[in-house]
Amino acid sequence: MGEFKVHRVRFFNYVPSGIRCVAYNNQSNRLAVSRTDGTVEIYNLSANYFQEKFFPGHESRATEALCWAKGQRLFSAGLNGEIIEYDLQALNIKYAVDAFGGPIWSMAVSPCGSQLLVGCEDGSVKLFQITPDKIQFERNFDRQKSRILSLSWHPSGTHIAAGSIDYISVFAVKSGSAVHKMLVDRQYMGVSKRKCIIWGVAFLSDGTIISVDSAGKVQFWDSATGTLVKNHLIANADVQSIAVSDQEDSFVVGTAEGTVFHFQLVSVTSNSSEKQWVRTKPFQHHTHDVRAVAHSPTALISGGTDTHLVIRPLMEKVEVKNYDAALRKITFPHRRLISCSKKRHLLLFQFAHHLELWRLGSTVATGKNGDTLPLSKDADHLLHLKTKGPENIICSCISPCGSWIAYSTTSRFFLYRLNYEHDNISLQRVSKMPAFLRSALQILFSEDSTKLFVASNQGSLHTIRLLEGSFKHLHTFQPQSGTVESMCLLAVSPDGNWLAASGTSAGVHVYNIKHLKLHCTVPAYNFPVTALAIAPNTNNLVIAHSDQQVFEYSIPDKQYTEWSRTIQKQGFHYLWLQRDTPITHISFHPKRPMHILLHDAYMFCIIDKSLPLPNDKTLLYNPLPPTNESDVIRRRTAHAFKISKIYKPLLFMDLLDERTLVAVERPLDDIIAQLPPPIKKKKFGT
Amino acid sequence: MVEEESVRVVRCGGSELNFRRAVFSADSKYIFCVSGDFVKVHSTATEECVHILQGHRNLVTGIQLNPNNHLQLYSCSFDGTVKLWDYVDGILIKTFVVGLKLHALFTLPSAEDSVFVIINKEKPDVFQLVSVKLPKSSSQEIEAKELSFVLDYINQSPKCIAFGNEGEYVAAVRDFYLSVYFFKKKTTSRFTLSSSRNKKHAKNNFTCVACHPKEDCIATGHKDGKIRLWRNFDDDKKYTYTCLHWHHDMVMDLAFSVTGTSLLSGGRESVLVEWRDATEKNKEFLPRLGATIEHISVSPAGDLFCTSHSDNKIIVIHRNLEASAVIQGLVKDSNIFTGLMVDPRTKALVLNGKPGHLQFYSLQHDKQLYNLDIIQQEYINDSGLIQIELTKAAFGCYGNWLATVEQRQEKETELELQMKLWMYNKKTQGFVLNTKVNMPHEDHITALCFCNAEKFENPTLVTSSKDGHFKVWILTDDSDIYKKAVGWTCDFVGSYHKYQATNCCFSEDGSLLAVSFEEIVTIWDSETWELKCTFCQRAGKIRHLCFGRLTCSKYLLGATENGILCCWNLLSCALEWSAKLNVRVMEPDPNSENIAAISRSSVGSDLFVFKPSEPRPLYIQKNISREEVQWGVFVPRDVPESFTSEAYQWLNRSQFYFLTKSQTLLTFSTKSPEEKLTPTSKQLLAEESLPTTPFYFILGKHREQQDEKINEAFESELVQLPLTENIPAISELLHTPAHVLPSASFLCSKFVSSLLLSKETKSSEEISEDVDMEEGKESDDSDEENDFTEKIQDTNNTDLGEDLLHQLSKSEEKELRKFRKVDYSWITVL
Repeated sequence: MGEFKVHRVRFFNYVPSGIRCVAYNNQSNRLAVSRTDGTVEIYNLSANYFQEKFFPGHESRATEALCWAKGQRLFSAGLNGEIIEYDLQALNIKYAVDAFGGPIWSMAVSPCGSQLLVGCEDGSVKLFQITPDKIQFERNFDRQKSRILSLSWHPSGTHIAAGSIDYISVFAVKSGSAVHKMLVDRQYMGVSKRKCIIWGVAFLSDGTIISVDSAGKVQFWDSATGTLVKNHLIANADVQSIAVSDQEDSFVVGTAEGTVFHFQLVSVTSNSSEKQWVRTKPFQHHTHDVRAVAHSPTALISGGTDTHLVIRPLMEKVEVKNYDAALRKITFPHRRLISCSKKRHLLLFQFAHHLELWRLGSTVATGKNGDTLPLSKDADHLLHLKTKGPENIICSCISPCGSWIAYSTTSRFFLYRLNYEHDNISLQRVSKMPAFLRSALQILFSEDSTKLFVASNQGSLHTIRLLEGSFKHLHTFQPQSGTVESMCLLAVSPDGNWLAASGTSAGVHVYNIKHLKLHCTVPAYNFPVTALAIAPNTNNLVIAHSDQQVFEYSIPDKQYTEWSRTIQKQGFHYLWLQRDTPITHISFHPKRPMHILLHDAYMFCIIDKSLPLPNDKTLLYNPLPPTNESDVIRRRTAHAFKISKIYKPLLFMDLLDERTLVAVERPLDDIIAQLPPPIKKKKFGT
Repeated sequence: MVEEESVRVVRCGGSELNFRRAVFSADSKYIFCVSGDFVKVHSTATEECVHILQGHRNLVTGIQLNPNNHLQLYSCSFDGTVKLWDYVDGILIKTFVVGLKLHALFTLPSAEDSVFVIINKEKPDVFQLVSVKLPKSSSQEIEAKELSFVLDYINQSPKCIAFGNEGEYVAAVRDFYLSVYFFKKKTTSRFTLSSSRNKKHAKNNFTCVACHPKEDCIATGHKDGKIRLWRNFDDDKKYTYTCLHWHHDMVMDLAFSVTGTSLLSGGRESVLVEWRDATEKNKEFLPRLGATIEHISVSPAGDLFCTSHSDNKIIVIHRNLEASAVIQGLVKDSNIFTGLMVDPRTKALVLNGKPGHLQFYSLQHDKQLYNLDIIQQEYINDSGLIQIELTKAAFGCYGNWLATVEQRQEKETELELQMKLWMYNKKTQGFVLNTKVNMPHEDHITALCFCNAEKFENPTLVTSSKDGHFKVWILTDDSDIYKKAVGWTCDFVGSYHKYQATNCCFSEDGSLLAVSFEEIVTIWDSETWELKCTFCQRAGKIRHLCFGRLTCSKYLLGATENGILCCWNLLSCALEWSAKLNVRVMEPDPNSENIAAISRSSVGSDLFVFKPSEPRPLYIQKNISREEVQWGVFVPRDVPESFTSEAYQWLNRSQFYFLTKSQTLLTFSTKSPEEKLTPTSKQLLAEESLPTTPFYFILGKHREQQDEKINEAFESELVQLPLTENIPAISELLHTPAHVLPSASFLCSKFVSSLLLSKETKSSEEISEDVDMEEGKESDDSDEENDFTEKIQDTNNTDLGEDLLHQLSKSEEKELRKFRKVDYSWITVL
C-alpha cells in the first residue's frame, strides 16, 4: 500500500459536551440526543446508528428535557424557560414558546401525542395543546411548592405523576388537582441527607409509579393508595434517570456512579401469574453520571457527562447474533470537524465556539518504516478565532490554498481572508455578505480556491467566486420543487467542473458548474450518505453509506463503474460490514488513480481497485509485514483492502502530498482527563 | 473379659465434621453431622454429642431428614447403602442396599418413596444424579435397585446440586454452566457463562448452587467471588441474572433462609454474609469465624444457621447472626510438624491445630479441649504469604513445662526462629509464657526433648540444630530481687565435628543424653556434659533415636535413613543387633519396654512392635494403612485392658495412635473406640431429655444440695431436710411418663398435701425426732443410690421413688403404688 510519512496530530483539543437528554422515537427508530451545550443530534438506529442530523447549540439554551410527539415532531425545553420545536427537514428551529414558569426542568408528551406537559421552576405544571403547526397553552395544574423535576403520564392519559423535591405528586388531568402526595424518605444509608430530589418518575399502566431519587433509591409506589410498595437501594449516589420499555416489562435506571441497572418484571414462579420487579444486570459503561437513559425494544441506551452514547443491546431481544448484538459506544460526531490546506500544511480545527488554525511541524530527518522522526520545526498554533454571539459553529472550512477561512453559525456566515507575510499572519474579514448567506450547513472551497460552495439550510446551494479581497455570487442551485431537504455533504471535482451534494436521505445530486445546471442524480439508496468525494481525472464519484457500502459512480457516464458493479455483485467482506463507525472522509492519491483512501474512527483504508476483492474466507485485516514474506504469498494474500489500525480514534486523515499523510487522533484518555472528576468509589484491593 | 478378637485398625474419631453440610432437626434442637463412618447428633444448645449413629461401613457421604417424618434421618455412604435412622433414640430403622458407591443424598417432600443420590458409573469422573425408589417393606434390610436417571455429567459435590420450588426442578452446576432439569416437562435448560481465558472471565467457574424456597430463583456461587441470581430460567432466551459481589475469593457455599428473604454466603474470607432481599446494598456480616466456610445450612424452623469450617468446626449461629455454639473436631487444616504428643495432665492428644496454635484434643470424647495460641499473631489468610510455622513442641516435667519452636523462612538465608517455654499455671489451668528465646540456634532446630527423670529437680531441655550444636537449657532464677521469677537459660553448648545434630534423646533415668550427628550417635553424661562414647554405623543419617525403657534401659535404638534399625548396648558399647527396616515412625511405650516402629513399603505401611532386648518382634501387622504414616504415639490407658494373647499384650497398658498423610487418625482396637463413648453419651442423653422447666432447676440445685447435705449429715446430727423431703415426690412425678400420670388436678392435692404433711410431722411430732433423723439419713443414702442407679439405668427409672416414699403417709403411698402398678402393666403390654 505504499509508504507514507505521517503527521500524527494529537493537539486537536476537542472535548464533546456531555449528554443531557435522550429521547427514543419508536415509530421512526430514531434517537434524539441533547448535549449540555444545547446541541441536539438525531441518530438513525436503523441506519447503523448514524448521526444523520444535528441542530447546533446555543449558550443560553441548555436543554433539560427532550421528547418526541406524534412520531415526527421533536420538542425540547430548557432552563431559559422556552419550549422549542425543531424542524427536522430544514434542520433549524421552528419556533420557541416561553412557558412563563421560569426554567423548565421536565417535559412529557401525553400518550396520544396531543398534549404537552412541562414542569417549571416555580412549581407549576403547565399543559399545552399541540396543534399541527404550533403549541398552545391550555391551563395550569395545582401549583406545587418546589420545582417539578420529572413528569410522567399514565398510559391512559388520565393521571400524571410529577416528581419534585422530597415528594411525588399525582395529578388528575381532568381536574388538574393533586390527588396524592407521596413523601420520599430522605434517609440515606441511615443518615438524613440533604433534600431528596426525585430525578425521575415513570407511571405504569397498572398504577404503579416508579421513582428514582438522589438518595440512590428506586421506589415503587401504588398510585391508588399513595403508598410505598417496594424500595431498592441501588447506589451510593444519585439515581438520575429512568426509562421504561413499551411493554412495561423492563426498565432501566442510570446512576451518578456511571452504572446502569436493568430491572425486569419476572414471574415469581413459573406456574403462577404473580410477577415482581427484580434488579437484574448492572452495566458499567460510563465513568461519570448517567444523565439520560432510553429503552428501545431491543436495547438500553444511556448517555451522560462522560459524553459517550452507549447502546447496549438486550441479548434476549436480539433475534440473530450478528453485529447488531454488540455494544456500541458513540463518542465523536459523525461529521468532519477538521479541514486541511494541503498547500500550506495547515489544519483548521472547529470547536463549539472557536476555530483554531495550526501549521504542521516539519522534519528533515529520514528513517525506516515505523520510525518516529524528530521534528525540526514544531507545530504552530497560528490563529484562534472566536465567534461572536452565543451560537455554536455549524461548519467551517479552509481553502486548499490556505488563504480563505469560512464558517457559519445558525444566523451568520463569516468569510475571512488570510495574508501570509513570512511568519506573520493577518486576518481580514470579508464584510457585506449577501443576505441569502445567513446560515450554512456545509462549506466547501474548490480545489483552486477560486470558488466557494455553500449549502444553506433551505436546501439551496450557492456558488460564489472569490476574488482578491472580495467575492461575487455566481449562481444558486435551487432545490427541486417540493423538497425542502437540506444538503449536508458536498464534494467538488478537482478540475472544478462538477459539484456533488447529498442530503440526509435522498440521493446524491451532481451539478455541472460550468453550465450551472443539474447534471444527474445518483439513484437513492436506503442508507444515508456518510462521505462523498470525486476522483481526479476520471471524475468518478465515490460514495460511502452508513451501512458501510461504498459505491463508485462515473459522473460523465452517469452510471456506476464496472468496479462498483463487481463489488456489489460479490459483496463486501463480512468484517468490513461489521465495523461500527461510519466512513467520514474519502480522498484520492494524485499519482495512483486506482487507489481510494478512506477512514473511519478506528481504521484507515486504501482500496486498491486493481487487486482482487477479498471474499469472506480471506483475512481482511492483514497486518502484512512487507519485508520478510515471499512475493508469491504476498500476491496470493493481497487483496483490494489495505487496512491500518495504528491510528485511533481517528478524527481526520488526508493526503498532503504523494508521500505525506496527516492523521488527527483524539485519544479517549485525553478527553476523560478534561472531564470533571467522577464520584470516587472504593475499589477492592486499592 | 474381652474376647480375643483380632486387632484391627480402626478410625478413632477426629473425622471430618465438615465433609458435608450439617443438617438441623425440625425443631432445631439437634444438629446432625457426618463424622467418618458415623453420623453424630449434637445438641444445638449445649454442643454436646447426644448420639452417634453407627452402622455404615464406609464414609458417610450424605444426611437428610426424612421429609415425611421429621424424627427420622436418611444417610448414605460409600458402602452403597441408604440407612434410615430414628435419631431421637439412635436406632437404625432400615437399610436400603443400592449397591453403588453413593456420593450424596437429597430428599424431597414431593417424592415420597424415593431419594436422590449421586453415583458414578463407568468413568471415574462422570457423575450422575439418579432417583432411587425405596421399596416399602417391613424387613430391616431392603434391596433398592430401582434407579431412574435424572441428570448426567454433574459435579460430585452435593453443593453443586439444588432442588427448587418444592421439587419442580433441579439445578446442577459444573465448570462454566448451569443446567436446570424440570421434572414435569422433563426438559433440561443449560446456561453457559463465558469461559474465555482472558482475565475478566477466567474465574467464571461455578462453585455452588442454591434454590430459592418460594420463588423461581437460583443462586450460584462462582470462583471469582460473584454470586449470580438467575431468574426466568424456564426460558432459554429470556433468562436473566443479577450479580452480587462482595467475596474476593471463591464462594464456597450458599444457602437461602427458610422464607427466602435472605441469602447466606461464605468463603475463604471466614465471613458469613447475609444478603437481605437479595440486594447488593442490604447485607449483614458475621466476621472472624476463624477459618474458611465450607458449608452453610439453615434449620427448617428458620431460627438457626450453621457453618462448617475448614478447621473441622461447626458453628451454630442464631438468626440475628450471633454465634451460639461451636462444635470443634480435630483440626486438620495445617501440616502437622509437631507430631503427636500426649499432654501428661489431661491425657489429651496434642498437635498442630489452627495456624499458629497447639490443639489439645480429647481422644476419649472426640472433641477439642482447647487451643493454645503459640505464635500470638494475627493470621492473615492469603495465598502465597509465608507464615510463621509452629514446628516443634515438647512437654516436660509431667506437663509442667511446654517448649515450642516456631520458624519462618522467607529466603534461604533469612531464617526467623523462636523458642518459647510455657509454664503450667495451676490457677488458670493453662500454659503461661515464661521464656522467649530469639534465634536459639543459627539454623533449623531438628529436635528438642526434656529430661523427665525424677531425680532432676532442675528442669532441663535439650535442643539440637542443623547448625551443628546441641544446647542444654536449664531453669534458673531470673534477675528478680525476690528470686521468685524463673527463666530458662542456656547451660551448655555441645557439638561434634561440625556435623549437623539431627536428634536428641534422654535416657529414662536422665543420666545419659544421646545426640545423633548425622551418622554418628554420641552419648553424653548429663551431669558433667562430657562425651562418654560414640556409635557409628555408617548406614546413613540417623532419623530416629530412642532409649529403651524399664528393663531394657541399657539399650539405645537408632533408625537410619538407609533402612537400618540398630540397637546398641550401652554397657558393652557395642551393637547388639540390627535389622533391615525402613523405619518411618519409632515410638517407645512409656508404660512398658515395647517400642513400635512403622515401616514404609511400596504397598503400604507395616507395624512392628518389639522389645529392644530381643531382635524378634512381638507383634507384626502388615499393611496397616495404604498411605504413608507420618506420626504415631502411645497413649496410656486409663483402665488397663487384659489381652491374654501374647501378641496383643502390648496393647494392654497403652493404646497406639497414628496419623497418616491424609491426616486420618487411626488406632488398633478389637472394638471401635466409640463404643467406649456410649455410656457417657447415654448419660448425657438422660440429662438432655429433662426439660428445662423450673423443676429442672430445682432438681439441678437439689443434686448439689444433696451432696452438701450428705456431708453435713455426717458432721452434725441436727440436719433438717426440708427440701430433699419434697423432691422425691417431684422427681417421681417427673420420671413417670406423662401419658400414664393421672390428671394434674388429681395429683396436685396429694402433692401439695405431701408437702404440708412433712412439715406437720416435723412441727408436731417432736418426740420422734431421733426416728426422723434416722429416716433422714436413710433417705440420704437412698438418694445416693438413686443417683447411682440413674446413671446406670438410663431413663427407665420410674421405680426410683420407691425407697423415698416412706416420707409420705401410708395411704398416699398406697395410692401412688397403684399408679405405678398401672403404668408397669402398660409397659409390659408394650
